Amino acid sequence: MMKMKLVVVGNGMVGHKLLEELVDRPQIEVTVLCEEPRPAYDRVHLSEFFSGKTAQDLSLVAPGFFDRPGLNLRLNAKAVGIDTTAKVVRTADGASVPYDKLVLATGSYPFVPPVPGRDRPGCLVYRTIEDLEAMRQWGSKSKIGVVVGGGLLGLECAKALKDMGLATHVVEFAPRLMTVQVDDMGGKLLRRKIEALGVTVHTQKNTLEIADGAGMGVGGRHKMVFADGSALETDMIVFSAGIRPRDELARNGGLKMGERGGIVVDNACRTSDPDVYAIGECALWSGKIFGLVAPGYDMARLVARQLVGDQAGEFIGADMSTKLKLLGVDVASIGDAQGATPGSLNYLFSDEVAGHYKKLVVSADRKTLLGAVLVGEAEDYGTLLQMALNGIPLPEHPEDLILPARQGAAPKGLGVDLLPASASICSCNNVSKGDLCAAISGGAASLGALKKCTKAATSCGGCQPLVKQVLDAELKKAGVTVFNHLCEHFAHSRQELFHLVKIGNHKSFDEVLVKHGKGRGCDICKPAVASILASVNNEFVLKPRHASTQDTNDYYLANLQKDGTYSVVPRIPGGEITPEKLIVIGRVAQRFGLYTKITGGQRIDLFGARVEQLPMIWKDLIEAGFESGHAYGKALRTVKSCVGSTWCRYGVQDSVGMAIKVEERYRGMRSPHKLKMAVSGCTRECAEAQSKDVGVIATEKGWNLFVCGNGGMKPRHADLLASDIDDATLVRYIDRFFMFYIRTGDRLQRTSVWLENLEGGIDYVRKVICEDSLGIGAELEAEMQKLVDTYECEWKKAINTPETLRRFRHFVNSPEPDTNIQFVDERGQIRPMTRLEKNEETV
Amino acid sequence: MTTPPRWTYVCRRDDIVPNTGVAAKVGQAQVAVFRVVAPDGEDEAVFAIGNHDPRSGANVISRGLVGDVGGELVVASPVYKNHFCLRTGRCLEDESWSVPAFQVQVSEDGLVLVREA
Repeated sequence: MMKMKLVVVGNGMVGHKLLEELVDRPQIEVTVLCEEPRPAYDRVHLSEFFSGKTAQDLSLVAPGFFDRPGLNLRLNAKAVGIDTTAKVVRTADGASVPYDKLVLATGSYPFVPPVPGRDRPGCLVYRTIEDLEAMRQWGSKSKIGVVVGGGLLGLECAKALKDMGLATHVVEFAPRLMTVQVDDMGGKLLRRKIEALGVTVHTQKNTLEIADGAGMGVGGRHKMVFADGSALETDMIVFSAGIRPRDELARNGGLKMGERGGIVVDNACRTSDPDVYAIGECALWSGKIFGLVAPGYDMARLVARQLVGDQAGEFIGADMSTKLKLLGVDVASIGDAQGATPGSLNYLFSDEVAGHYKKLVVSADRKTLLGAVLVGEAEDYGTLLQMALNGIPLPEHPEDLILPARQGAAPKGLGVDLLPASASICSCNNVSKGDLCAAISGGAASLGALKKCTKAATSCGGCQPLVKQVLDAELKKAGVTVFNHLCEHFAHSRQELFHLVKIGNHKSFDEVLVKHGKGRGCDICKPAVASILASVNNEFVLKPRHASTQDTNDYYLANLQKDGTYSVVPRIPGGEITPEKLIVIGRVAQRFGLYTKITGGQRIDLFGARVEQLPMIWKDLIEAGFESGHAYGKALRTVKSCVGSTWCRYGVQDSVGMAIKVEERYRGMRSPHKLKMAVSGCTRECAEAQSKDVGVIATEKGWNLFVCGNGGMKPRHADLLASDIDDATLVRYIDRFFMFYIRTGDRLQRTSVWLENLEGGIDYVRKVICEDSLGIGAELEAEMQKLVDTYECEWKKAINTPETLRRFRHFVNSPEPDTNIQFVDERGQIRPMTRLEKNEETV
Repeated sequence: MTTPPRWTYVCRRDDIVPNTGVAAKVGQAQVAVFRVVAPDGEDEAVFAIGNHDPRSGANVISRGLVGDVGGELVVASPVYKNHFCLRTGRCLEDESWSVPAFQVQVSEDGLVLVREA
């Protein structure tokens, strides 16, 4: 069989989607020419590069994707010419690549207005990873940054500058921000909100020239001169004033072009040459360029089908509705947002106190929704979009859709049951309600499974709440009860048990088991209930009635190692320690022959302690002023910190002081899983706070609070919960956050997974914690205060409790140690003898 | 020739915290001895199985959590959490990890005796 030679020019998001659609098609031999030095990455989430994501994190390429036979990726290979007669593509390095079919997925380039001085050093654009690297480089030597362009990308870009700690300005030619998506009132509110975040907005500014600034370097490298006579001094400028199609290749190849650029394509995405296709932002369909990823994906899927001989389907334009979060402000725009349809009517709701603006555009007969604008709060985006797309009849009082719900009112919106099977739920990945239902009846019974098998909600994530609603509704219809029982002994989730323990005022595992469970309990429910009891009552974990429910680590207040010895971690709050205390740790390790290692959490771990040694070790440590580090517990472990403003040239707050303060506040607190924290003294983030359950990063004005990060097996960058808050607010929010997680988390569920499973995600958490939407803020704080007030060092308590101390021996009937524990020397310290070295048989 | 069974005194029953275990030296063997009590305080019993966890190689079975799985009384190894039947020593996850079971007597005055293997 002759293979078809397919050449794809461009490996952006759309180009890559085409490749994904063509995998496992042995009849096609694909060559991909990619101008950039790396394969496809996620440009939609580009600004996350500045909140910590790496180029690798943004990659869209599955591991091993380009290892497939018949798929040839050439990086740094810029296509410079096409010859549609000879059917070859020429590259910059002189190669000629022949094709049978050619797909142009060359994307777009940022438009830079022809202003004199636009090519001065420090004048940049925002499109590729290389652009971002240049921005980061300039950002590090700048104090002021200007973004030219107040559209969607411009505001994203402003966030990036702000994240780098620059005084940020947005300069827009039009009278308002986001001209395309929002109306005047929405634009006004958006501007107010963005300015409240410290970004200065200048509208109706026509830049005439960029010249030398008076600032002589940092603080005013450039001066932007505007047509109205005003001027603005800045250190760097990023142009984000719209995009233009990358069409020069097609133009020089003689393909038909639009008057103002763009490669003309038909409903099959074919150009004027039937063997050449164009998809994504370089393609001009019906006089329109689509600058969103979803229509580009539609084109890619369509062309993939054409290439394998399936002529069905055509591109019929795309819905340009969009929902985004710009600088933390929710903005959504649906359909005919500007009310351009003749005879259309508007419903408006504006709340200047809360900062919400909502507009509905309805048909003249008030029967259907044509469009909407939402600023400040866009929770109803999914519902409104489905109404507009599917022509679902409006309720009798359409205004109810945007008016805030009164207490006791029935929930507004449409049940997902009303949606037809054809309703597109995830437009990024073209998943319909019917697709979701099919997957659910095929066994995808959790949000995770459903996302994995349909890809719904895996790109922009905007449809996730709707996907979850469809899932729940379908499961309910199928009569499936969703089980989240703790184990065979309790037909309750951890959250339910927490509630039952609290309202039942239960004090022991046996009490809880008799009242709410059956059997005798097991190694799953015992520690889980013990943790709940500790979070609610905070009694000594080794009290006789709790002892039998503790995992061995909690039972011996130390960490069991593979050879049956334990490790000991004294608390070193914030990682700050005096020379005297360091010497004590060294002496204790020497005295008991322990292996010492510095941990990742800025503490010192002492390994190789036998059970009978633990009380003696702790007696020495406690005498020197140490206390338990709870390394053994599902509890707060450590609060890592950088040295902060006390010593560091760049620090803006005392991060060590804050770390000690919070570590001493939350020490000993039991939770569904271990908890880690960190405090960084400036935006350089040396304490790696964004990989912690709770991370605090100093700003000029206070603290930024991040939550639900994780390192370990499944790393996750933390989400920003609140910005520029003072010490008291910080502690109050952390109190609420921890207690809310302790109340609702599942057994052994880290905060990162907890958040991902929480309906409404970080926005919901922010409402509960920062806006107190559930009205439980004071209650959560009181619960936490009780834990803080009743804190006791468990080791101090243990060495003063003879009945507890008696358990710290290996044999009940002999003072001998366990002779099976043996060490050998390695690099000057002990290590456990291996089973082979002990001549032991292994199974 | 048969020698009469030898019983080793381990401890008083009350020395063991209910629903926990202790390790005892019985002859040359290490034995994990568990005192099991139902949540209503009834149905008290004492069991003994090998203290050596074949999976990890550590002598730590006595430090596991006691409970029941599918109605069978078990202890979970504190290292890798595999379960051993308290009556027989059988490992529920993999029979090749099973441990020996020992006979136990509790005298009227509450002394726990384990029979040497």
